Amino acid sequence: MSATTPAAGGFGRKERATLLEPLVANNPITVQMLGICSALAVTTRADKALVMGAGVIMVAMLANLAVSLVRSYTPGSIRIIVQLAIIASLVIVFDQVLKATLYELSLELSVFVGLIITNCIIMGRAEGFAMANPPGLSVLDGLGNGLGYAIVLLLVAFVRELFGAGKVFGFVILPLAKDGGWYVPNGMMLLAPSAFFIIGGIIWAVRSARPELQEKE
Amino acid sequence: MEHYLNIAIRATFLENMALAYFLGICSFLACSRKVGTAFGLGVAVVFVQSITVPLNNLILRYLLGEGALSWAHPSLSSADLTFLSFIIFIGTIAAAVQVVEMTIEKFAPALYTTLGVFLPLIAVNCVILGGSLFMQERDYTFAESVVFGVSSGLGFAIAIVVMAAAREKLAYSNVPAGLRGLGIAFVTAGLISVAFMMFSGIQL
Amino acid sequence: MPRLDSPRYTFFFATVVCVVCAALVSVAAVLLQPRQKANARLYMEKNVLVAAGLVKPGQDVGIREVDRIFDERVKARLVDLTNGELLPDGGQNVRDYDQRAARNDPAASRAAPANDAGVKRLPRRGIVYFVMREGKVDQLVIPVEGLGMWGTIYGFLALDRDANTVRGITYYDHRETPGLGGEIGNPAWQRIWRGRRGYDDQWNARITVIKGQAGPPETDPLNVDGLSGATITSNAITRLVRFWLSEGGYGQFLQRFRERGTA
Repeated sequence: MSATTPAAGGFGRKERATLLEPLVANNPITVQMLGICSALAVTTRADKALVMGAGVIMVAMLANLAVSLVRSYTPGSIRIIVQLAIIASLVIVFDQVLKATLYELSLELSVFVGLIITNCIIMGRAEGFAMANPPGLSVLDGLGNGLGYAIVLLLVAFVRELFGAGKVFGFVILPLAKDGGWYVPNGMMLLAPSAFFIIGGIIWAVRSARPELQEKE
Repeated sequence: MEHYLNIAIRATFLENMALAYFLGICSFLACSRKVGTAFGLGVAVVFVQSITVPLNNLILRYLLGEGALSWAHPSLSSADLTFLSFIIFIGTIAAAVQVVEMTIEKFAPALYTTLGVFLPLIAVNCVILGGSLFMQERDYTFAESVVFGVSSGLGFAIAIVVMAAAREKLAYSNVPAGLRGLGIAFVTAGLISVAFMMFSGIQL
Repeated sequence: MPRLDSPRYTFFFATVVCVVCAALVSVAAVLLQPRQKANARLYMEKNVLVAAGLVKPGQDVGIREVDRIFDERVKARLVDLTNGELLPDGGQNVRDYDQRAARNDPAASRAAPANDAGVKRLPRRGIVYFVMREGKVDQLVIPVEGLGMWGTIYGFLALDRDANTVRGITYYDHRETPGLGGEIGNPAWQRIWRGRRGYDDQWNARITVIKGQAGPPETDPLNVDGLSGATITSNAITRLVRFWLSEGGYGQFLQRFRERGTA
């Protein structure tokens, strides 16, 4: 890997920026507005979000690696379909592994594992970054963007599970009134609309902290 | 008949692709600034969805499913290629979009100018792949898949047009600086999603 | 370096990508398939054991543990659902019987009789799990399914050897609204089924999920507490449990079992 990495010493400033920028400063979901589709439906529980995040991280890293490795051999006319084939294969492998190891979670994630294929983050990074950068850097970029996606996913899932079911990762945090505790759960948190509101809120928070991201009307 | 109507109502309103399953939200937000654009994308989605879901249903039924290949040779009756469905579906979708695009360009140039820009976008739209995956998960028959394809596309189209209409009006409101644009779009989508939930429990 | 845009090279490259991807995907699928099948069976059987009260809800049991319990206490058999006849002992293979697949296979199923549980097709053969105690049948566990508010609800119903008293119930696969109808998956609600009766004195399937609270099983055996805010789901549960207890489902088999007192 070091042969293709430009900076001396392996992990220089450029590598660090590639890895860390997508986490907050250039987060794929809240800043670039990519990959929101799947981000919301799997966030009713933190464990679902975690598995989904892990899947996207793995697929993003490996897809970036593969696309970057073959980038100088890929004919421009078929590059999109080549990327799609690579991504789809990786997603199938991930889906198969998930069914073989975490069967119950794979049932709950249902079609959303398959939808990683059309996750704009992965296509976007493969086309926008891996096609133009060496493999080492591309893997870091995949990792960074995957992590950025996973962080937002977990954040939304944390809020939804905590206030919707009084739990986090299935552990009771706020004992529910119907089980003898005091917390009356907010049922809406488990339904679709809440995810929109939470993401809206996160965007608001991010853009208030960094006014340069605000949109002019 | 009742059964098909039920599938249609559910796919259009209750299990709305965009508002209940969050599919195609990227384009749902990006193309909902103007009603005209939203309408164009909506029509394109209905068009492509109605073609790809039944098409993938046939592929699943006669090529991929467990024992689906038994028509070709009895020895193939135990073959189960379902694991290939993701890649085959995305392939059919890409091909179908391409063919639709060329056909429209050739035979209906007027339609092409309105739909043309959206068609390539649609190949990687989650609604389309999601529709086929839901069709597989729910084990629809061919007739059911036709109904489901048309109505789930229609559901997306309705949602995005409603969304665009709301956003056009929003242009005249004084939104807090940080929420302007996408932030308020998310909140609006959430409210529309709440509205769509009133259909829940409808059973025919 | 070949010319990247020549048609021949493009074709060559596409072929290579296809072959590599196909190899990757096929190897993964072939290697992992046995594990997936085992997992799918484990998931079903775990729920059978939960319904029968042999495993606690949420308890983490592995394949080996489930196999051990099955070896010791549980016998899976097939029933001809058209006449309620118990089919000859199929041994361990019965555990791999996929009732959902059979239901969708035109050769192994038939159209269901008119019913309000949303069951469209019925498999010819249905699985039943005998839970043994000291060499005698202690419980019968049968699969139940039907249309809920958002989709099909799947579960298992464990009956006492009188083929009437409910010993336990689980719903393991459903799409009901979380927090409302989704509470059918809540072990606390499933527990209140214990001791209720499926049939009235004339042996009609009469068990009902009512609106509000039911009395204790001793005085109010035919009613079960409703789920607040989930009338549609509650009614769906009533209909599907009744359907599988009646003639269209396992009714004939249960009647035979009751009359002979044995399988």
